[in-house]
Formats: sequence, C-alpha cells, structure tokens
Amino acid sequence: MTTAPRRTALDAVHRALGATMTDFAGWDMPLRYGSERDEHNAVRRTAGLFDLSHMGEITVTGPQAGEALDFALVGHLSALAVGRARYTMICAADGGILDDLIVYRLGEAEFMIVANAANAQVVLDAVTDRAKGFDAEVRDDRDGYSLIAVQGPQSPAILKSLTDADLDGLKYYAGLPGTVAGVSALIARTGYTGEDGFELFVSPADAETLWQALTEAGAPHGLVPCGLSCRDTLRLEAGMPLYGHELTTALTPFDAGLGRVVKFDKPGDFVGREALERAAEQAAANPPRKLVGLVAQGRRIPRAGYQVTAEGGTVIGEVTSGAPSPTLGKPIAMAYVDAAYAAPGTPGVAVDIRGSHEPYEVVALPFYKRQR
Amino acid sequence: MSINPQELRYSKEHEWISAAEAGVATVGITSHAADALGDVVFVQLPEVGDSVTAGESCGELESTKSVSDLYSPVSGEVTEANEDVVSDPSLVNTAPFEGGWLFKVRITDEPADLLSADEYTAFISG
Repeated sequence: MTTAPRRTALDAVHRALGATMTDFAGWDMPLRYGSERDEHNAVRRTAGLFDLSHMGEITVTGPQAGEALDFALVGHLSALAVGRARYTMICAADGGILDDLIVYRLGEAEFMIVANAANAQVVLDAVTDRAKGFDAEVRDDRDGYSLIAVQGPQSPAILKSLTDADLDGLKYYAGLPGTVAGVSALIARTGYTGEDGFELFVSPADAETLWQALTEAGAPHGLVPCGLSCRDTLRLEAGMPLYGHELTTALTPFDAGLGRVVKFDKPGDFVGREALERAAEQAAANPPRKLVGLVAQGRRIPRAGYQVTAEGGTVIGEVTSGAPSPTLGKPIAMAYVDAAYAAPGTPGVAVDIRGSHEPYEVVALPFYKRQR
Repeated sequence: MSINPQELRYSKEHEWISAAEAGVATVGITSHAADALGDVVFVQLPEVGDSVTAGESCGELESTKSVSDLYSPVSGEVTEANEDVVSDPSLVNTAPFEGGWLFKVRITDEPADLLSADEYTAFISG
C-alpha cells in the first residue's frame, strides 16, 4: 500500500512560488524555489524563510511531566527553566538513538517535544509508553502546529517589525508565547542553520497569513523562501547531525560525539541508563570510530555511504553526509572514521568516489561558525 | 510555448545536439534537465579523442543533491570539451543551450529516434 505524501498548510504557497517539491519522510516539502546555492547564501548573509511543518510536535502536560521526560529521554528536563529549550535525545534500552529532539518548557507543567518527521510516531509511542507510571499526559500535536522558520542575520530585524515581543530578551534556545503579524505564535530562538534565527509555531489556519507577512516584511532585508536542500547544506556546514545520517539506532550519543546530552546525574532511572554508562566508558577508553569533518582538495562530492580510505586504500570509515559547501567553496562531508585517523590533518585520507580515491583533509567540526 | 530551441535535436536522456557542421556537432543538456538537477557543481566530460557511443555514459554531472551520468546522444569521436563549464559548472544552469554546452563530437553514427524540439517538449510535458 502506498500513501500519498502529506501536504503542509503552505502547500499552495509553495506551488505558487514555483517550488521544486520532494517527498521527505512522507511529506511533500519544498526542496528549493530557485537556486539552492543562492538560498543557502541568503541565510548566511541576509535571511531565509522555511516551512518546517513536517516536524512532529508532542505535548506532555501534568504535575509529573518533567519527571516523565527525565525517565523517557536522556536529558534532565525537569531542571529546565520555563521558557527555555534544550537539545536532547531519546534512546532505546540498548542505548541506540531513536531520535534527536528539541524540548521546550512552555509552563511549570507543560513541555513540547519537537521530533524529526520520520521518527515522530516512534517518539510518540515511546514517550506515551514511558510516561505511563507518571502523573502526566502525552498528546499528539503533530496536526496542531505549522512551523515557520526565519533564519539568518537579518531575522531579528524582520521579526521585530511584526511583533511587540521582547526579542532582545529572548536568548538562544529560549521560547516565549507572543503575537507575530496578528497571529498567536510560540516564538523560539532556535534553528538548524548555524545562524541566528527564529522558529514560529502557529496554528495551521494562521500559517499562510504569517508566511505572507514575513515575506513582505523580509523583502527589504533580502529574505528569500528556502527549501530543504539548503537547510541540509546549512546544517552540514554548522556541523549539526541529521537523524538517519550521523545518528541511527545503531549508535549511542557517545558514538556520535554527543555524550554531553546524556545526564547521568539527574535523579531517578531513565531508559537506556545502563547501556549508556557502558557506552560512555567505552567511548572514553577505546572509541571505535569518531565523527570528523572532511574537506575536499578536489571538486567531486562525497555522498552518504561512500567509503573513507587511508593510504594504500584501507577502508577506515564511511561518509554520513556530504555536499558542496557554498560558504567554503569546496565539497565537505561528515564521516565516521577509525579513531587513529580522526585527528585533524591526518595525512593520506581519501574518499572513494565511485572508484576514484579523492584526497580529503580531516578537520574539526564545525566547518562554519558565525561571528557573534 | 517551448524554450527548447527549434534548430536542435534532443535525446530522451535530455541531451541536445546541434546540426552538424563538417560532421561535427555540439552536445549539451537541456534546461529541463538542468532545472531537475539543481545547481550543478561538478562536471566530468569526455576527453578530446575519446570515442563515445549513443546512449552510453561518457561523463558525470554532480549537483548539490545528486550525481547523474552524462549520456552521449550520438556515436563518434570527441573533438572538443568545454573547459569553461569544467571551471564554472553553473553555466549548465544559467546557459544550458549556449555557454553551458558540454562537448563537440565528430559523428560516426546517430540513433534514428532523436527528437525534434516540439517532440521533446511534448516528451517532457507528458
């Protein structure tokens, strides 16, 4: 049985803009509107507007909502201040990553989890199951929100023209309820581009109003609509992992170099604790592979799944994401490589690009960090 | 309305080929193909002197999201490769029928099923 891809509340807007659409995790999403390189550069230099309504929202409420999340996820969410957000993960009992998440604390007894579209059902099922022993309610809010992101150095100026909310007081990884262009929104200072920016959670009925208002207010600031293609190159330059590429059920957060999200010192047990304690020890004592950055000396693009080789052609790892970097002007990749080859500058490292061993330089992540 | 120039002929793999002058024709990819690829960032062309065969891969085009084989629409010997497009692959997107041409070939054989501009326009609309 095949299911027709789902369409966001902004579908007609994308089509009117002439977007090239793509099936992404069961959703029909804009891949690009024009040149993906131009869209990428707009986010780095001015601003870009994204429809991210495929992301999966799950609300957890109740007196023990925080404790339920402490048990269900690897982070210490009950310690999160109201109005703040946290990057965290949900793991299986064996420590494998089920998804990476952003959790917003909307109130003393209310949290919103934002999961990847492809994993939203898995996350919903797992959190629902794990919350059973707690005085907390888990609600599927995937249809309750559209998500529109404004990203790039001009995004504060653009948003300020449409809201009275205190954006200057809104820190990175914080969120507050407000009104934007007359529309009720959760305004969050989060993103997946390596730039300053905002993510606006609104009712699907208001999505088009907000999109058009942002388009108009953004025009003098150089804001352009942006598709998922540039979102991928933006996050890759910023060294941010993507589920299904750098993160999988076969890896623990420690394998992915993100062990810092696992809070062993939080009170109570949590799903995956034992396995993750072993994974932490192994990562410290004897890491199998490490996630590194690779920068091409040539022009051919490494793709996910391509093998990384050492001198003599020995396979030492695998590319997880690769793309031409508009900012660096060269192909870049993230790859898991044997720890012995993970040091920046390790000589002789190459990527097997369809039979041709192209030289690559090992670098520390990220490839790009914005000036603050 | 067609943006596919009338004076060219087309393959179903979305290459175009010019009318031969003294047996040599120019080959490129159509704007439809370039749009489908997105920003082209790397082009590997056959070398001068290489033999190419109609319908067989003779190079590669890489875009942000994908890598595609370049197929020759005819058989023959490559007489020139467009070095401008190798150093600036974005020409494939900005001028697919002009500055973004890929290579020139001395034709030895061509398939009977090359399309006219109108036939190709119908083919990509179908």
